[in-house]
Amino acid sequence: MSLGMATTQKKTATADKTKGAKQADFVAAPVNAKLSTEEKLTLYRTIVGIRRFEERSLQAYNQGKIGGFLHLYIGQEAVAAGITSLMGPNDHIITAYRDHGHALAVGMSMNECMAEMFGKHTGCSKGKGGSMHFFAPDKNFWGGHGIVAGQTPLGAGLAFALKYKGLHGCCVCFLGDGAVNQGAFMETLNLVSLWDIPVVFVIENNGYSMGTSLERSSAEKELASRAEGFGIEWESCDGHDVFEVREVADRAMTRARDSHKPFLLEIRTYRYRGHSVADANHEKYRTKEEIEEYKKNKDPINVLKEQLLSDGTLTEDLAKEISNEKKAEADASAKFAEDSPVAPRSEIQTDVYWEVDNDTEGRLKGSYFFND
Amino acid sequence: MPRITYREAIKQALSEEIERDENVCIMGEEVAQYNGAYKVTEGMWDKYGDKRIIDTPISEAAFSGLAIGASALGIRPVIEMMFMSFSYVAFDQLFNNASFCRYMSGGLMNVPIVVRGPANGGTNVGATHSHTPENLVANHPGLKVVCPSNAYDAKGLMKAAIRDNDPVFVMENTLLYGQEWEVPEEEYIVELGVANILKEGTDMTIVSHGRCAMIALEAAKTLEETHGISAELIDLRSIRPLDEETILESVRKTGRALLVEENKPYCGVDAQISHLIQYKAFDYLDAPIHRVSAIDAPQVYAKPLEDWQIPNEERIIERALALME
Ligand SMILES: Cc1ncc(C[n+]2csc(CCOP(=O)(O)OP(=O)(O)O)c2C)c(N)n1
Ligand SMILES: [Mg+2]
Repeated sequence: MSLGMATTQKKTATADKTKGAKQADFVAAPVNAKLSTEEKLTLYRTIVGIRRFEERSLQAYNQGKIGGFLHLYIGQEAVAAGITSLMGPNDHIITAYRDHGHALAVGMSMNECMAEMFGKHTGCSKGKGGSMHFFAPDKNFWGGHGIVAGQTPLGAGLAFALKYKGLHGCCVCFLGDGAVNQGAFMETLNLVSLWDIPVVFVIENNGYSMGTSLERSSAEKELASRAEGFGIEWESCDGHDVFEVREVADRAMTRARDSHKPFLLEIRTYRYRGHSVADANHEKYRTKEEIEEYKKNKDPINVLKEQLLSDGTLTEDLAKEISNEKKAEADASAKFAEDSPVAPRSEIQTDVYWEVDNDTEGRLKGSYFFND
Repeated sequence: MPRITYREAIKQALSEEIERDENVCIMGEEVAQYNGAYKVTEGMWDKYGDKRIIDTPISEAAFSGLAIGASALGIRPVIEMMFMSFSYVAFDQLFNNASFCRYMSGGLMNVPIVVRGPANGGTNVGATHSHTPENLVANHPGLKVVCPSNAYDAKGLMKAAIRDNDPVFVMENTLLYGQEWEVPEEEYIVELGVANILKEGTDMTIVSHGRCAMIALEAAKTLEETHGISAELIDLRSIRPLDEETILESVRKTGRALLVEENKPYCGVDAQISHLIQYKAFDYLDAPIHRVSAIDAPQVYAKPLEDWQIPNEERIIERALALME
């Protein structure tokens, strides 16, 4: 499974590569074989943690504690967990509005995330951004972006800066299957190839953009194959098995770090919930059977649990304990959020301008705000 | 007269125009099979089919530009921005092409398109989804823009916009979609460029537009009942073209002006209105012109803060009292 193919390689040859591989091969791949028991348990904890957190946030939304939009990542957890587990000190990530999984996976606390959604001062963005706009630059996580594909040139920029500074790292930029049809993304693909920028674009293909199936939004269904027109290498794989995600993403990320080459990776996944919680009629554009089928056979938690039970990493008791722990952590985060204060009104006008926040001399030159 | 929602009023306008003119079609994300993200086009795809009600990929730049091109050959596309905020990814198409094709061609090309969708804050969705860009649109000669504050205007202005030979933005409001007003069954049009006096008064003139006009109406009632201040309230309805005369006539009568809008203050619509009043009614003014706009910062997410950030009754009354001092 080397990446030695020519950039013009036909899509069928590339696409088949992972389809033929068996689960056991992914587990046996060096990047996974080297994982310690503790590291495997960490992966499990991350995935379960995201699930329990989002279940709790859904409850809070239904109680009216969380406003605006709530885009749940339930069903897709192995993608963020797998890829962030590969991050080195100079690797950065950025994503769209479906960002809770990525945030928790890089190590943001449930408290700061839940409080953000509750619009509280203790939230990661002080209650200014909400569910779609989590940020943790100290953890190399650059958001949380609400406009479809708006984050894609930013991802290229993060990677550009790494190369510019001579750092051995890459940026992984996540986007959806609907986002590929934005002009900004298309322009970015050309740029990163032309300039050899170490960015890995990960299309989290969950089959739908809101109520529109992939069949109805993209003329070429093998989304990653668009890379060919830009001279970029690509691959597609499944996203429910965290070991598969790690195996494929590791090669793309290693290549980006080592040779500054961009990569386009399409990961097939699925969201169990509606596009956002407001999308209550999501069973109108897809069947109940389709959802059940995924839950039954491709649930990221179950798939990993089975693997870890069979290799002795996990016991049923330990699995239960982890789930309970994470549920308790999620409950505690809701309590933390509930008990936290809303920022004072004066905070509305902070974080807008550098001079004002830092009270520099520049603050005295010209007016910055214009209410009567 | 039947009471219908703002949403229903828009749907009626779209449906009537689709039936009246075979060149009218609707394009946008989720407008057809999903029945619209805010259900404005609910049932229309079932009724009018694929040719008239067209689902697009998430490609605002492409379908906006496509609408402009199609309009050159007589199609009258009505494009829906799921949020007007998303029109920003189509900026060049809308703000260069739609606005200037007529001019750059010396009048040889017309762009009879409608760009519609919600443009409002107050829904707790954060800065990127809460833009109110009627001022940006108005800043581009060649573009027209209306902000209906109620169902009657929404229907009448939408029909006028579709029949208009220039690009017209119709700024809707998600907080109004579910509210009801009386709307006649007979066909009618609300012409662009004609303001509406929502309440007559003698002590001050309040000028507003969009949902803010409805908030200002409540405030004006409270001013009258609790403070004995008689405010005249003008709902602009149309931002460009602008009904300057109605504003001036009122200010000449009352001598005081309070301008209320959801926009941020810098270069907001009211900055232009303010200039107009001081320039053409200077001698009639008994006090400086006051404004209530959104607190000047990106839209904040936290609900209690956002509710304070955009104009509310409390802030309007506070300003009105200051204006009377
Ligand atoms: C430019 C722009 N257009 C439309 C939207 C509204 N919108 C938000 S998410 C979404 C669907 C995106 O689907 P996809 O890229 O597949 O990501 P997923 O939601 O499945 O994770 C749409 C249409 C937006 N936020 N930005
Ligand atoms: Mg999707």
